[in-house]
Amino acid sequence: MPTVSMTVNGKPVSGEVEARTLLVQFLRDQLRLTGTHVGCDTSQCGACVVHVDGESAKSCTMLALQVDGAAITTIEGLANGETLHPMQEAFRNNHGLQCGFCTPGMVMSAIDLVKKNPKASETEIREWLEGNICRCTGYHNIVKSIQEAAGNMGG
Amino acid sequence: MHDFNYQKAGSVADAVSALNAADDGTVMAGGMTLLPTLKQRLAAPSDVIDLAGVSGLSGISVSGGVTIGAMTTHAAVSGSTDVKGTIPALADLAEGIGDPQVRNRGTIGGSVANNDPAADYPAACLALGATIKTDRREIAADDFFNGLFETALAEDEIITSVSFPSAEKAAYMKFPNPASRYALVGVFVAKTAAGVRVAVTGAGDSGVFRASSLEQALSSNFSASALDGITVSADDLMSDIHASAEYRAHLITTMAKRAVTAAG
Ligand SMILES: Cc1cc2nc3c(=O)[nH]c(=O)nc-3n(C[C@H](O)[C@H](O)[C@H](O)COP(=O)(O)OP(=O)(O)OC[C@H]3O[C@@H](n4cnc5c(N)ncnc54)[C@H](O)[C@@H]3O)c2cc1C
Ligand code: FES
Ligand code: FES
Repeated sequence: MPTVSMTVNGKPVSGEVEARTLLVQFLRDQLRLTGTHVGCDTSQCGACVVHVDGESAKSCTMLALQVDGAAITTIEGLANGETLHPMQEAFRNNHGLQCGFCTPGMVMSAIDLVKKNPKASETEIREWLEGNICRCTGYHNIVKSIQEAAGNMGG
Repeated sequence: MHDFNYQKAGSVADAVSALNAADDGTVMAGGMTLLPTLKQRLAAPSDVIDLAGVSGLSGISVSGGVTIGAMTTHAAVSGSTDVKGTIPALADLAEGIGDPQVRNRGTIGGSVANNDPAADYPAACLALGATIKTDRREIAADDFFNGLFETALAEDEIITSVSFPSAEKAAYMKFPNPASRYALVGVFVAKTAAGVRVAVTGAGDSGVFRASSLEQALSSNFSASALDGITVSADDLMSDIHASAEYRAHLITTMAKRAVTAAG
C-alpha cells in the first residue's frame, strides 16, 4: 500500500493508505482525530472542512495521497492548551452551536474567511458559509460568532 | 469508491503516456467533480493521474483578452485583478461557482472538460468565443461542447489553457439551484467583435447552447427592452424535479435581460 506523509496540527505523521482513502478517513480512522466530521456524501455540507496549507478545503473530497507533503490543520489544532482559539471562544459565547455537528467545519471555514476578509460584512459572512450547512441554529448565532471573532482576531 | 492506482504526473507528456498505459485511466485536477463521481461509483477508473504537480498549468495572463491555465482554481480567477480588469464578467462567474471550498480546489480545465450541462464556465466559453488549448491543438468553443458531459477531447487529450478574447460588453446571470448552486438557468451575454453572442447553460437537453432568437433581437439593439416579448422554445429544454422546460424557457429570457442590464 502507498505511504503518505504530512504535517497535521504541527506534527509530522505518516501512514499506509489505499489510493482511495479520503483525507477525512485518514484523519479520523488512522489518526483518531474525530473532530472533523462527515455529514454528507455529496461534498455539500462542509462538516469536514480542514485547512490544507492554510486554505479551507473539504477533506471528504480529497485523497490522502493528494495532500502528501502538505500541512493540515484540523479543529483539534486550534486551541492553545486550555485557551480556545478566538473563533471557538466566540462560538461558545454566542451560542453559535446547538448539536455541534456542523461546528468544526463552520469554525475552520470561518477562520479562512476572517484571514482573507477581516472586515467581512454580515452579507459576506452569509455568502461565505454557502458550503457549510447547519440543521440546528438557523445560522443567526453563527454569523454573530464570526463577527465577534473577527473583532478579536484583529479584524 | 473502488480502489485505483494513484499517480502524480510530472509533466503533461507524462500524464498522456500514463493515460495510454492504463487500462482505463483518468486525469484529476482538483477532484471536485471526479471524487464525488467515484464516491457514488458512477465511474471506476483503473488509474487516477493527478495533474496537481505539473508546472505551467496554472496562472493567468493578459493580452487582448485573458488566458487561464487549466489548473487555475475558481478562487484564483475570481480574485484576479487581471481578470477583473479585462473581462469582469468572468471573475463574477467564477465567484458564483459552488462555495468557497469548491472554488479553492475546482479548476477551469476540469469544469470545461467535464461539460456538466449545468456548469457555468461552458456558457462563458461559448458566449465569448473562447479557444480551448490542449496538449496537441486548439479547439474553438463552438466545436468543443458536444452534448451532456461530452466534448471534442480525445481520450488521452489534456487541456492546458483556455483563452477568452475581450468583449465590448459582457455579463453572466445565473439562477442557481438553491441546493446545489449549479445553474438552473445561467445566461452569458457578450457584445463582441463577432457580434452579439448569448450562451445558455443549465437548461438545454444536450448541454450548453447559443440562443439565436435572443442574439438576433440584441444585435440591432443591445438593451433589455429589445428582449420584451422574445421567447425561447421549451422544446429542447430539460424538465426535472427542479424546474419544467417551460419554466426554464421563461427564466432564459429573464436572466438574459438581467445580464444585458448588468453588462451596461
Ligand atoms: C458542492 C459543489 C458545488 C458545485 N457548484 C458548481 C457550480 O455552481 N457551478 C459549476 O460550474 N460547477 C460547480 N461545481 C463543480 C466545480 O466547478 C468543479 O470545479 C468542476 O466541475 C471541475 O472540478 P475539478 O477542476 O476539480 O476537476 P476534476 O474533478 O479533477 O475533474 C473533472 C473531469 O475533468 C477531467 N479533467 C480535469 N482536468 C483536465 C484537463 N486539464 N484536461 C482534460 N481533462 C481534465 C477529469 O478527468 C474529470 O473527468 C460544484 C462542485 C461541488 C462539489
Ligand atoms: S462531509 Fe459533507 S462536504 Fe464533506
Ligand atoms: S449545530 Fe447542529 S448542525 Fe449546526
